[in-house]
Amino acid sequence: MRDKVLIGYGQGFWGDSILGPVRLVREGPLHYLALDYLAEVTMSIMQKLKGRNPKAGYATDFVAMLDRTLPEIHQKGVKVIANAGGVNPQACLQAVLELARKKGVKGLKVGVIEGDDVLARVPELLAGGHGLVNMDDGRPLSAVQDRLLSANVYIGAFAVAECLKAGAQIVIGGRLTDPALVAGPMIHEFGWGPQDFDKLAAGTMAGHIAECGAQCTGGNFTGWREVKDFVRIGYPVIEASPDGSFVVTKHDGTGGLVNRNTVISQLLYEMGDPKRYLGPDCTADFTSAVVEEVGKDRVRLSGIKGGPATPTYKVSLSYQNGFKATGQLTVSGPDAVAKAKLCADIVWGRLALDGCTFAEHEKLVEIVGAGVCHAGINEASDPPEVVLRLGVKCADEDKVDRFGMEIVPLVTSGPPGVTGFAGGRPKATDIVGYWPALLDKTQVKTTVRVEVS
Amino acid sequence: MAKVKLKEFAFARSGDKGDGSNVGVFVTNQRDYEVIKAQLTVERVKRHFHAICKGEVTRYEAPNMLALNFLLRDSLGGGGSESLKTDAQGKTHGLALLEIEVER
Repeated sequence: MRDKVLIGYGQGFWGDSILGPVRLVREGPLHYLALDYLAEVTMSIMQKLKGRNPKAGYATDFVAMLDRTLPEIHQKGVKVIANAGGVNPQACLQAVLELARKKGVKGLKVGVIEGDDVLARVPELLAGGHGLVNMDDGRPLSAVQDRLLSANVYIGAFAVAECLKAGAQIVIGGRLTDPALVAGPMIHEFGWGPQDFDKLAAGTMAGHIAECGAQCTGGNFTGWREVKDFVRIGYPVIEASPDGSFVVTKHDGTGGLVNRNTVISQLLYEMGDPKRYLGPDCTADFTSAVVEEVGKDRVRLSGIKGGPATPTYKVSLSYQNGFKATGQLTVSGPDAVAKAKLCADIVWGRLALDGCTFAEHEKLVEIVGAGVCHAGINEASDPPEVVLRLGVKCADEDKVDRFGMEIVPLVTSGPPGVTGFAGGRPKATDIVGYWPALLDKTQVKTTVRVEVS
Repeated sequence: MAKVKLKEFAFARSGDKGDGSNVGVFVTNQRDYEVIKAQLTVERVKRHFHAICKGEVTRYEAPNMLALNFLLRDSLGGGGSESLKTDAQGKTHGLALLEIEVER
């Protein structure tokens, strides 16, 4: 058993910089590279892509990243864990094997974890008495069943450990939880069991800190003036120990900052009750951790306590919930705010003239530059210019498109100083509704399979 | 005692929780923690975000991190893909909280 396992987190979300993982592999020691490619709406987009092409529906960014790093990853023996499989882990596996062959990398073991995608099983689950009611508002799934786009169970760290045990150097999952990408290798390396709740809680907490990539190494930090060299910001490396304690750090010579404040900032990110952080493998008590600086860019966490997980998995479902569009124009001063307000009134008025009206909750007017993000807290009364941002949402796609046609005309038929109309007419896009639910754990069985290039 | 904005001595981070946001705020010593525990009440935070947060506010304490965590319900115009707002994920709510002035 290694007494220290180094787990880097190179991708915090779908769309994060490819430099994160590429530099983690190149710029310092690493045993594991964890990568998160999914967000709540990602699965529905991937289901659509798969509907059009049976070989699509996974994160192609992952394959592009391996295209730049695979020989080095293979030679150094770095193991890669990614939820890049999206709704088609099998196609992702084949794409990685194909890439390995193209690169002349022989003997690469690539594993997939399947079983998270329950979209096709929804009728069977409902018939079996598993209601998948909306956790937030208690509505039954029947309200949106005919509009479902995706349904994925959040899978935990033991499935990752099982795939590693089966010999995979590259582990591809679908909807694995973000922390599972970090806790999985710890379980595998240190032989932790399902009852080791304190250790599983520590693995979960390490994963939570790392799961947004550079957000624990100086990114999005309100003490940003202290952060050096954002250009070369280091992505996090977790130095894990068998007893569950771990150090958050980054590779020597990289930019950014790891101290108590950057780590605590990230611990608080997307936090609910800090005493009860729920995951598929355990419940973690974030208030139990001792957080201490133990060197330059090194923060140690220890003493973490955990308890049993709940008997249910969280399921993330998505559904078609109407259409939306937003468009924007720039309005210069003098009197930028007053003119922007007038522009908004003109748009709604002209749409009404043509029989197109929207309810208050279907409309948005933002005067960006006059105090939008911090409305009611920090506003400017006479900025030199503002961006007028208008939006609508409703079930009728044609009405949303009609709205999009009334923005650009303001340039010649509204008050003076209206510009910045690049981008053309905004078009209606789908609103993807999010439907969180719970599912009895007995209804979900994950499987792992490993193939060799 | 002087009036001072939180941004002079505290840190914050925010993100989305469904159609609400969470705002975590923390300080670096016990004396300041007593200041924010006493003055950052649910009512104070709710009043501060009156134009943003349309739902209830819940507060949690994490003394090991000298932190408070606030959940601001109905603060994102629907949240996720449903929202039309620029800050649909409440990314900037932490900085907004740091504009609160306290006696310190």
